[in-house]
Amino acid sequence: MQALVCVKRVIDYNVKPRVKADGTGVDLANVKMSMNPFDEIAVEEAIRLKEKGVVTEIVAVSVGVAKSQETLRTALAMGADRAILVQVDDGVEVEPLAVAKIIKGIADEEAPGLIITGKQAIDDDSNQVGQMVAALLGRPQGTFANEVSVEGDAVVVKREIDGGLQTVKLALPAVVTTDLRLNEPRYASLPNIMKAKSKPLANKTPADYGVDIAPRLRTLKVTEPPVRSAGIKVPDVDALVAKLKELGVA
Amino acid sequence: MTKVLVLVEHDNASVKDATLAAVTAAGQLGEVTALVAGANCDGAAQAAAQIAGVAKVLKADDASLDNALAENVAPLVAGLMADYDAFVAPATTTGKNVAPRVAALLDVMQISDILSVEGPRTFTRPIYAGNAIATVESSDAKLVITVRGTAFAKAATSGGNASVETVSATADSGLSSFVSAEIAKSERPELTSAKIIVSGGRALKDAATFEQIITPLADKLGAGIGASRAAVDAGYVPNDYQVGQTGKIVAPEVYIAVGISGAIQHLAGMKDSKTIIAINKDEDAPIFQVADIGLVGDLFTLVPELTGKL
Repeated sequence: MQALVCVKRVIDYNVKPRVKADGTGVDLANVKMSMNPFDEIAVEEAIRLKEKGVVTEIVAVSVGVAKSQETLRTALAMGADRAILVQVDDGVEVEPLAVAKIIKGIADEEAPGLIITGKQAIDDDSNQVGQMVAALLGRPQGTFANEVSVEGDAVVVKREIDGGLQTVKLALPAVVTTDLRLNEPRYASLPNIMKAKSKPLANKTPADYGVDIAPRLRTLKVTEPPVRSAGIKVPDVDALVAKLKELGVA
Repeated sequence: MTKVLVLVEHDNASVKDATLAAVTAAGQLGEVTALVAGANCDGAAQAAAQIAGVAKVLKADDASLDNALAENVAPLVAGLMADYDAFVAPATTTGKNVAPRVAALLDVMQISDILSVEGPRTFTRPIYAGNAIATVESSDAKLVITVRGTAFAKAATSGGNASVETVSATADSGLSSFVSAEIAKSERPELTSAKIIVSGGRALKDAATFEQIITPLADKLGAGIGASRAAVDAGYVPNDYQVGQTGKIVAPEVYIAVGISGAIQHLAGMKDSKTIIAINKDEDAPIFQVADIGLVGDLFTLVPELTGKL
C-alpha cells in the first residue's frame, strides 16, 4: 500500500512572526522556513508504517513555491521514497480548498491507501486540507490522530478530541491528519540527506491537475493583535493573595 | 434575509457551551437555524430551541449520526445548505472535523476560527498562532465558517422558543464507524468555559508532582486545570488539558500560569484571558511579558503557600 504524505513549507516553529508595516501580510523575507511540524509527524508516521511492512511506498507531496523543494528533500531524507512538487510562482499562496483539489488529482493517479497530513499548518492555522481531501475523494477521515493502526482493509484511528480521546474505524483508502502526540519525528542522518538528493522529485503545476488556484478569500489587511503589556511583579505570596482578593477570586 | 445554519454541538441530551458563541456569531449574519444531528437527540433539540436567537431547530435523529461522524454529518449539512446562505460551526474538535468536509462538498473555501463579523462577507481571523490578525472577504456563493468560542458572547440558554422540525438523515456512508471514547469525567469546570484556570508547565517535573502542586490550588479556587504542551507531551496530564495554538483556546477571568515559560504557541491559547498571573523561577521568562501579575520564585514552595493562604 502506498502512503501519500502532504507537507508544507512554513515559517519555522521558533520564529516570532512579524506583521509587515504596510498591513499586507507577515514578513517572510530572510526568515527561517521549515517543514510544518504536524507534517513532519505525518512523514514519520508513514515511515513507521513502512517499517512495520504495512506501507510499501511513501510519496511526499507539496504545493508551493520553488523552495518547497527543500521541504520535500527533508521528507526524502527522513525516509520518503519519491516526491512531487506542485509548483506555483513565488509569492503565490494556495488556499486549502485548491491544495485539496490538487491532492485529489494526485491521489487519482497514485491511488494511495493512506493519505497522511498535518492537522493544520502553523502559518494560516486553517485546519482544513485533510478533511477537504477526504470529502473530494469520498473517503473517510481520521483527524487529529493520536494513534494509527492498520488492521486489514481498515485503519483504526485514536483521535484527540476536546473531552479526551475518540477511536474510529475507517475503511481504506482513508485520510489521516496528525496531532502532536502521534509520534516524535526522527532527524534525518547525514548519509540519508545525501541519499535524498538523488531520490526522484517530479515537478508539476496546478494546471497538470486541472485545478484553478484563484483565491476565494481576499485578504483585506493583516494587523498586529492587540498588545498585552507586562504588568507588575509582586514580591511575595501575601501580595499575590491581596491581588487575588482585589480581583474577587479569593 | 441571510439564512444561517448552525451546527449544534451536543451529547444528544444537552447542548454544549461552544454552540452558544456560534449562535451569537451566526446571529450577526442573519436568521439562525440550529441543526441538531444525533441519535436519540430530542433532549438536545429541545435545549437548542430554548437558545435565545434561534429561530428554528432542525432535528436529524438517526443511529448513523451518533458521535458526529463527519462522513455522515457533512453530506446531511451539504444537502440542507441548498436552503441556506451560510453554515456556521463552533471551532471545537467536532466543528473542525465536520466543517471543512462540508465546505469541500459545497466547493467553498472555509473561513476558520473567526474572531469577528465585520460585514456580510468579511471576517477577522487569527493566523500565525494569533501573532497576526487577517481581515478576509469571501467571494464564494455560500459561506462556511468556524467560530472561536472565546471571541463571541454566549447566547442565553433560555428565552428562545423555536419550533423543532424533523429532517431525515442521509444514508450511512458505511465508510467509518465509532469504536470507543475515553472521556475524562470531572467535577471540574470545562477549560473552555472555566472562569479561573490554573495551568502547569514542564517545571512540574512529573504527573504526581503536577497533581500534588496544581490540583489543591485549582480545588481552592474552583478552577479548571490546563497545561502547556511540554507538560502534556511529558505525560503529566492528558491531551485534553493542553492550552495553546493547536490545543484549547481559553479566555477565563483569571489564568494562573505555574512553571510555564510562555512559548508563543502557548500564549496563542491564553493571551485573551482577562487577568494573567504567572509564577515562575526565571524572571526573564516570556510569560512575564504578558502577565498582569508576576511572582518570581520557586513554585514548589510558593504554590503550596498560596493554596494555604487562600
